[in-house]
Amino acid sequence: MPAVPFEYHAPATLEEAIALLREHGDEAKPLAGGQSLVPLLTLRLARPAVLVDLNHLEELRAVRREGDALWIGALVRHRALERGEGALRACPLLQDAAALIGNVRVRALGTIGGSLAHADPAAELPAVVQALDGTVALRGPQGERQVPAGDFFVGALTTALGPAEVIVGVRLPVLGPGVGYAVEEFSRRAGDFAVVAAVAVVELRSPGEIARVRVALAGVGSTPRRLPGVEAALAGQRPDAETLRRAAGGAAGEVDPDGDAHASASYRRHLARVLTARALERAAAMAARRKTA
Amino acid sequence: MTDLVIAFTLNGRLREVRTPAHRTLLDVLRDDLGVLEVKEGCGEGVCGTCTVLLDGEPVSSCLVLAPRAAGRRITTVRGLGDGDALHPLQEAFVAHGAAQCGFCIPGMILTACAFLEEHPAPSRDEIRQAIAGNLCRCTGYTKIIDAIASVAGRKTRG
Repeated sequence: MPAVPFEYHAPATLEEAIALLREHGDEAKPLAGGQSLVPLLTLRLARPAVLVDLNHLEELRAVRREGDALWIGALVRHRALERGEGALRACPLLQDAAALIGNVRVRALGTIGGSLAHADPAAELPAVVQALDGTVALRGPQGERQVPAGDFFVGALTTALGPAEVIVGVRLPVLGPGVGYAVEEFSRRAGDFAVVAAVAVVELRSPGEIARVRVALAGVGSTPRRLPGVEAALAGQRPDAETLRRAAGGAAGEVDPDGDAHASASYRRHLARVLTARALERAAAMAARRKTA
Repeated sequence: MTDLVIAFTLNGRLREVRTPAHRTLLDVLRDDLGVLEVKEGCGEGVCGTCTVLLDGEPVSSCLVLAPRAAGRRITTVRGLGDGDALHPLQEAFVAHGAAQCGFCIPGMILTACAFLEEHPAPSRDEIRQAIAGNLCRCTGYTKIIDAIASVAGRKTRG
């Protein structure tokens, strides 16, 4: 079914884009890669009167290293993350996570800003940004503000984005030596959203001691969930398989997923435990390898 | 809603259409330009039958709004060969009997073509992963994978 007709604008500057969004309020929708929005338009689940196409905003395409941080412009496509070239090498976790998104066609057009703004509870990139304590940069009529990932994701498909605000980019920490990472997910069919996905980042103080662990899960709640209990249990511990697996057992008790047509609540809790364990083990093994690199 | 005039290159030829912005590239190709080798399947970007190459990368034309095609280079399966000569992948699909009803084949070949450009010597498993987003309800994929592997050639592993 064709989308309901709308007025189309393709502003050349961010200021114009924000002004258009402000002028048209709830009637307007910003367009980035369109891989979530266009199906919503053609299914007529979204019927904006005005579409503000952000794709001409060159300033949102930048990728650059800023000391210990990596800046990724909102319009950077999943395929670029998956290829992981240039400055993106500083955060190779993105490469693994992006490769799991949808299908190759979704990745060719979908953007990191679009994925964060859409905030699907089962999406990979929100979980990555949550696991890495990333910061989302928003620009609106009142200027720019930096929102920590923990405050950005408010609920299912709901974020801290205010009226007429757009994501301009995201800041993630560079993953240095001694840091390992892994993304594990289970989905029923190729290309589906994950039923549950786990992102783990393990930082070693020495080959025998964990400095810090960060775990975020997608698909177990309305927003990507960190596992503070599992993380605390592993600080200062040995990174051996048994310790990691025992700690991961706590994942099931730290989440309270709803059951739905795709999976029951108890199956999601089971996946939370199993995928957290797998991700932690792979991340710890990589951290040990990267220590010597 | 005022119509937009959108120009793009289709299989090497400059084309211009007049369309309202809410239509998709798939609508424009099939309904305005009669490009019927691009098939409409699910209309939600899942099945891969409407795949075209946009500046060389496979995309779902059903998820590209018409104005997003402006100034781009669009390739359909008809744009792969050279005049009357089929592209090696097309030859391979014929030789291996990889098509049954044929509905998925244009998208399948375009996806495989872009994949082989980037990965000239893939394993069978890499080929399976590469076409995971293109659904075929007839063949069971075996002959499709055989065809792609044959073009990937003697360098193919596994």
